[in-house]
Amino acid sequence: MSEDRQDGLEAQFSQWRHYVQRRKELRTSDADELEDHLRGSVDELVGVGLHADEAFLVAVKRMGSLDDLSREFAREHSERLWKQLVLSGDTDGPARDTPRSRRDLFAMIACAAGAALTVKMPEILGKSFEDDPAFYGTNVALLVLPWLAGFLAWRRRASRAVVAVLVGLFAVGAVAANAYPLADESQSLVLTGIHLAIALWFVVGIAYVSDDLRAPRRRMDFVRFTGECFIYYVLIALGGGVLVAFLFGTFAAIGITPDTFVGQWLVPCGAAAASVVAGWLVEAKQSVVENIAPVLTRLFTPLFTAVLLAFLVALAVTSGAIDVEREALILFDLLLVVVLALLLYSISARDPQAPPGLFDKLQLALVVSALVIDVLVLLEITGRITEFGTTPNKAAALGENVILLANLAWSAWLVLGMVRRRTPFAAVERWQTAYLPVFAGWAWVVALVFPPLFGYV
Amino acid sequence: MKVAKDLVAASATPMVLGILAEADSYGYAILRRINELSGGELDWTEGLLYPLLHRLERLGHVESSWQSVAGERRRKYYSVTRSGLAELAEQRRQWATVVDALKEIWNGAGGSPSVALGGFA
Repeated sequence: MSEDRQDGLEAQFSQWRHYVQRRKELRTSDADELEDHLRGSVDELVGVGLHADEAFLVAVKRMGSLDDLSREFAREHSERLWKQLVLSGDTDGPARDTPRSRRDLFAMIACAAGAALTVKMPEILGKSFEDDPAFYGTNVALLVLPWLAGFLAWRRRASRAVVAVLVGLFAVGAVAANAYPLADESQSLVLTGIHLAIALWFVVGIAYVSDDLRAPRRRMDFVRFTGECFIYYVLIALGGGVLVAFLFGTFAAIGITPDTFVGQWLVPCGAAAASVVAGWLVEAKQSVVENIAPVLTRLFTPLFTAVLLAFLVALAVTSGAIDVEREALILFDLLLVVVLALLLYSISARDPQAPPGLFDKLQLALVVSALVIDVLVLLEITGRITEFGTTPNKAAALGENVILLANLAWSAWLVLGMVRRRTPFAAVERWQTAYLPVFAGWAWVVALVFPPLFGYV
Repeated sequence: MKVAKDLVAASATPMVLGILAEADSYGYAILRRINELSGGELDWTEGLLYPLLHRLERLGHVESSWQSVAGERRRKYYSVTRSGLAELAEQRRQWATVVDALKEIWNGAGGSPSVALGGFA
């Protein structure tokens, strides 16, 4: 069989797979099994002298229509129509059969319990939240995230070297949070708290990609994981709020006010445990949630584009200068983060083969308008800093702005190339995944280097 | 002559369990084997075989494992379990009863020997 013909056959197989996977009744593992069947059939037909493409046609025809096939599958697997049921005990993929997901469940419960206990540890050792809120501000990520990282590393069967790196990084984080003599009201304390949390989240990312450290796809998976984890966490928090409300209401009806229990145990322990649970949910139900972040992206990209363009028009019409206080700078940083997130999630869900469409142009408009606004803000702020000198807060906000700006500027260039069909989509994806360590690096710099650099202000 | 759908469905479980009792196998090979055994008379489809295999797995009569063959391709192999063998024995007993009864009737009624249930005996 010629090389060319083999390629054509592979393309037909992947198209066939695509059709199969659109069916909710058929799992990835079923598709694998059926594909193996089809290949066996094709091989046999080729063996008796058919051409590859003829063999493929005959084999598909023999298998019968997908409608009939998936109806039979649905009859046997009626539970699949209820994918949302978390504890049904089976997930996609042959590697994750029932005992595996049950082990996952137990590991998750252990890690969640660990996180809940760790959050209460400092208090048991005599450092209550009321006495020292600053301690909790900087350390909360350190108390919780190791459990999530541990769960993921366990699930990925991370190598010893990776585990050592994880432990080392969390240790460095612990030093950064506690070794510097920062006063309770210093700016750096808040900065360290925020940036350490970000840096440690990227450490969780290392645990997440530990089965394949260099693959860009895995990093993109981590981006997706981050978004879905956030969504799940918010949902769990909402549910928790309802639970607390009912707890208060029902106990108040019999004359008991459970505020000590709720405030000191239920809320902190629940919040800590929920982070592990959210991570587990994303892992266990990948097929269900993969779609939420991209759907939100689709929904909000046009809206954000409209708002940003309106802002630019209003700015031009009123010709008013942007009033850049510190809060404003942080606001615009957050705006860039949102724009970047919109870009990242649409990238993560985009079919790499699809031709550039209207949505890509919209995305380009979004990124470019965000860039224009940001350049205006930057011009303003640099003037301020040269005038009044810098503080840790300003330096951190500025640094972030520059990093995001660089990312988005190059992204805009790549997306432009894609819309004009000059660059492949993969270039945009590669650029984003290659850039992730830069964010992590900057977060570590702010957490580790800034306090001594600015004299522990 | 094709065997009627109902009869195919009724004989499906003992057929698959019997083939797996011979040796571990995978979907395509099982289908080939059935084809071979029946001289192409038993009209099995993928839509019958795979859900059946999954059901037997759920019931604990067979176990499956993924093995990689030829490059990146992976294949799901099935093997019969102890409870599967017990089920097979039970099915054989029932089939033997049915076949014996039919033979009794047809031979007693003096039917032609050519329609004797050679395939089932």
